[in-house]
Amino acid sequence: MFSTLFYGLRDEGVPVAMQEWMTLMDALGKGLHGSSLLRFYYLSRACLVKSETYYDAFDRVFARVFHDIEGSLPIEEEVLEWLRNPENHQQLSPEQLAELERLSQDELMRKFFETLAEQDERHDGGGKWIGTGGHSPYGHGGVHPTGVRVGGPGKNRSAMKVIGERKFKDYRTDQALDVRQIRVALKRLRHVTRHGVETELDLDETIDETCRNAGEIEFVFRAPKRNNLRVLLLMDVGGTMDPYFEPVSQLLTALYEERGLRAFEAYYFHNTIYDCVYKNATLRPDAAVNTADLLRYYNEHWKVIVVGDAAMHPAELLEPYGNINPSMTSETTSITWLHKIHEHFDRTVWLNPDERRFWEHSYTARMVKKLFPMYHLSVEGIGDAVNGLVGARVSTGEAA
Amino acid sequence: MSAKEEFYKFTGTQGYIASESLVDAVNCALALERPLLVKGEPGTGKTLLARHVSESLEMFMEQWHIKSTSKAADGLYVYDTVQRLNDSRFGGSDVSNISNYIKLGPVGRVFSADKRQVLLIDEVDKADVEFPNDLLRELDEMRFTITETSAEVVAKERPFVIITSNNEKELPDAFLRRCIFHFIEFPEPQMMKKIIDVHHPNLDTTLLDQVLIKFYWLREQNELRKKPSTSELIDWIAALLRGGIALDQLEEHIPFMGALLKNEQDTEALASYDDRSGRYPSNWADLGPRYNQ
Repeated sequence: MFSTLFYGLRDEGVPVAMQEWMTLMDALGKGLHGSSLLRFYYLSRACLVKSETYYDAFDRVFARVFHDIEGSLPIEEEVLEWLRNPENHQQLSPEQLAELERLSQDELMRKFFETLAEQDERHDGGGKWIGTGGHSPYGHGGVHPTGVRVGGPGKNRSAMKVIGERKFKDYRTDQALDVRQIRVALKRLRHVTRHGVETELDLDETIDETCRNAGEIEFVFRAPKRNNLRVLLLMDVGGTMDPYFEPVSQLLTALYEERGLRAFEAYYFHNTIYDCVYKNATLRPDAAVNTADLLRYYNEHWKVIVVGDAAMHPAELLEPYGNINPSMTSETTSITWLHKIHEHFDRTVWLNPDERRFWEHSYTARMVKKLFPMYHLSVEGIGDAVNGLVGARVSTGEAA
Repeated sequence: MSAKEEFYKFTGTQGYIASESLVDAVNCALALERPLLVKGEPGTGKTLLARHVSESLEMFMEQWHIKSTSKAADGLYVYDTVQRLNDSRFGGSDVSNISNYIKLGPVGRVFSADKRQVLLIDEVDKADVEFPNDLLRELDEMRFTITETSAEVVAKERPFVIITSNNEKELPDAFLRRCIFHFIEFPEPQMMKKIIDVHHPNLDTTLLDQVLIKFYWLREQNELRKKPSTSELIDWIAALLRGGIALDQLEEHIPFMGALLKNEQDTEALASYDDRSGRYPSNWADLGPRYNQ
């Protein structure tokens, strides 16, 4: 019936399945939409859309489907059926009813659309326009597409106006990262084991021990299940990373707030990793930590997330004395250090704030991608990266 | 529409102002006997909704407050093995009758009630990721089996299930498919006036306007980590009324800040705004086009 809406939603990436659609049909069957487009809008939104992040997409599709009456909208049948049902005519006087019957169906439909086309604003009362409180034969027709209010009292906004406000734009996921969404993506960052203080009653063991103890109750406790995951974050700051300050700091906030982790540490570097990394983003010598020490402090079970665009001059990555900061330069090449990190830690992922299509253009990004699975710094990318850290192993290079 | 459906029609109550879309979602869920999933910013009245639905429909409400340690099975029933073990050792009630040690949880109690009840599953996202999936069958078929006694608990009247979520975790798709969804928007000034009227009737309109302008201005400040919500606004007005704050005081600074801002950085951020002798808006026009339509 309104399959344009259904497929329109699917095209926009709103996950609507038959089950939701049947729910809506069920609701329409019960007449829950009353006689108002706005209520139909609310009803279909409640039934079809299951997250506020899709409200905006829903608004756009709804407006597209129901705005243009010139299109071949498969709505006539329902309107006609509705008008044919005498139960819906209770508010009409006998004279009006008689008039309604006089009009042939074709003419009724024609007039209905004529009136719609003429009318460009909401209208209450009166005898011509489609609206509430009036006695126009068209105003009571189920769903109609201009967004003219056909509801009860106290409702003073038209459906199309409500939709036109696009109030839910801010909730779209594809536009910007926000901390909450990153946290949702990071929720899967867990490796649950039993450790810590033994506070949980182990029932099976208790019964066993009690039996062994000839019925004298003997309680056995065990440690509760906890997340045993430790995360080490290495972050590129400054220069080409400046435009990405916002998403990167949001990722950092999300990781700090992620109290479920057993431990979390962050270190900073500029462009790529050489002999030193830094405890804070100032990159001043007094905050420096030897990369070699880093590999000693943190064992292979730490999961490593590197954030950086991996875009630099090839010499910075591959040549000895490649550090662009002349006072910090050294003989060991950066790629050697990256290899060491790769070998030392069990799992390392690289999050790149650049869009995927730029990776191929950067020689160094391609080099780094060969070494570490690389993901885009977005909600989806972070989700995939988390999988790369704790999910089934994927071979390097294929991951991205 | 049958008499029964007409009977279960929620329109909001005196103590709860519901938007049209929310009323429609509630009625839709009621008519289709589906669970209603309500999301929204903290403080937009998600939990309160359930209380008022139960009040206006005169149905008893069972509240199941979810914690991070909650398990789906706890909502159905709990088998108190420790008590039984204890009784077997020291004597007590009839140990051989397991059903003495089965205690129904909130879901179990609602199912076995004689009348239709409201079941509020509050903050479902607090629990483990798999939690909602574990409840799927029970909420779908409204029945479950107590494994220990093989007794089956079947709902006599399908309860009206309201589930709230703060969006801390994503809910599984299979679970979402079965729900009617509603996202409570933050109320617009017009709506907010109605809500305040419920809590603080006969408030002076000039004062109300000033309070709301300050409030919405605060919410517009991006530096704030936690934006004040409706419940905080209502507390704040209560504080203002008790403190007998005069209108002109409100124009210079924001008194009783503690009622609105709940974290240190936010209070500091505003204090520094004060120090820079920043001006607070006193007209709706100062707030930008969103509020001046």
